[in-house]
Amino acid sequence: MNPIDTTARSATTGVGSDPADPTVSARRAVMALAAKATAGELRPVRDLAPSGVIDLRLAETGLVMLRGRIGGSGAPFNLGEATVSRAAVRLPSGATGFGHVLGRDRAKARDAALLDALWIEGTSRDRLEREILTPLAARIARDETRRVSEVAATRVDFFTLVRGDD
Amino acid sequence: MYVSVKGGEKAIRAAHRLLAHRRRGDRAVPELAADQIREQLTLAVDRVMNEGSLHDRDLAALAIKQARGDLIEAAFLVRAYRTTLPRFGYSVPLDTGAMGVERRISATYKDLPGGQILGPTFDYTHRLVDFALMGDSDTPLPARDTTEATVAMPRVTDLLDGEGLIEAEPAGEAGVEPGDLTRAPLRVPADRDLRLQQLARGDEGFLLALGYSTQRGYGSTHPFAGEIRIGEVEVEFEVPELGFAVPLGTVTVSECQMINQFAGSAEIEPSFTRGYGLAFGQVERKVMAMALVDRALRTEDLGGAVEHPAQDQEFVLSHADNVQATGFVEHLKLPHHVDFQAELALVRQMRREHAAARAAREADAESVYEEAAE
Repeated sequence: MNPIDTTARSATTGVGSDPADPTVSARRAVMALAAKATAGELRPVRDLAPSGVIDLRLAETGLVMLRGRIGGSGAPFNLGEATVSRAAVRLPSGATGFGHVLGRDRAKARDAALLDALWIEGTSRDRLEREILTPLAARIARDETRRVSEVAATRVDFFTLVRGDD
Repeated sequence: MYVSVKGGEKAIRAAHRLLAHRRRGDRAVPELAADQIREQLTLAVDRVMNEGSLHDRDLAALAIKQARGDLIEAAFLVRAYRTTLPRFGYSVPLDTGAMGVERRISATYKDLPGGQILGPTFDYTHRLVDFALMGDSDTPLPARDTTEATVAMPRVTDLLDGEGLIEAEPAGEAGVEPGDLTRAPLRVPADRDLRLQQLARGDEGFLLALGYSTQRGYGSTHPFAGEIRIGEVEVEFEVPELGFAVPLGTVTVSECQMINQFAGSAEIEPSFTRGYGLAFGQVERKVMAMALVDRALRTEDLGGAVEHPAQDQEFVLSHADNVQATGFVEHLKLPHHVDFQAELALVRQMRREHAAARAAREADAESVYEEAAE
């Protein structure tokens, strides 16, 4: 597989790679939403993509070895692998997008790459937000709120017997 | 002599067709879909993911269907599948402290910060078969408590660590990559990173029995379940082309921090010691057993003598993998016709020699008797 030329991307988009960079953290937040989306929730991104998208890396499935830490906080160890699908695309404007998602859904990985590229390009952010990102974030937040409240109902309240005064 | 080494293709084809038919079962009963297994036999899926050493719920569910519910066979299918895929790399270590907790209990602190959260547990059920599940069950939706905001849940071991009462867990040295037994064969003695990798993919029954053996006195570690937590953690993957870690989604893991009796020396103050378990999915029994065995395998590192099976790295690590074990045990049913013919000839020869030796001994004894009688 051809290594992907990242200098071209940086030149055309001006996006850096410092995780503390607010541009990077916003991009990571979009990627996090894509990773948690269902395939159906990402598919509409295809309607926003211009024609002439180039597949820099055809969508493929492989393995990522997941690591834990000894004792939860110590030295890393290899826990076991997970299937991951990934893709990379370039828009005619030169914006490059990457998609990485758990699982074997290659079409979803390519949609995630399209989403990333469109986000980087920046010209259709309003529509991305309105049609994909906002409803997706709301759905994920609703699910999380429901999950937290279901789990909270199983919290043990111990009765405390108070002996004596004060 | 010619030995038939070919043939049987027709029988094999028919056997596989019969297998598929038996797998399908009574055709009057609706066929099971892989997504039903994924959603309703979730703990079987979790076990197959761990012993198959591959996190993929859909794949594990399909493997369970294909294997007719034989979970070791399903793990075997998953292992075989993973060999067909390229390795993209390693994740950033999972942060179980930032878990979206589904269950979290401690046997050592009643009122721990964040509280005891039972979650979806079999504990406190009466283990009576529920015949209501025979039909379409009318399962009520779960209770909800929306009064609480998200509560921080510090690790129990960190609470002890703050006081120095438990051994510190040293962070890895920068630049030192953990061992990976999918890349290099396991050799003993192995470091703890490799031991944990092997235990995480090890057979739950084997680890359970070994953990139990330590409790019954074969190398007791006086354990307390300091904390068990189950829930979702974020997975991040460092992408070289991007220069930052990208989020891949979340996986559910179970973690057990076992707190065990003391280590210390003239120089080092006495402190609790640790055993650790971590695995995919909701696998409480597995991670508890894993933590017991992890601690037992640290016996030598902590200055103890290796006297019991659970403490013996060679014994535990070489026999924990059920895919490996099933391969060697089940190979015995493959044709050994020629080997057996050789053994048969050997035992016949041994019997002839045995009979001849006995006859000679008896003849000897006879002649001695006759001489004595004269």
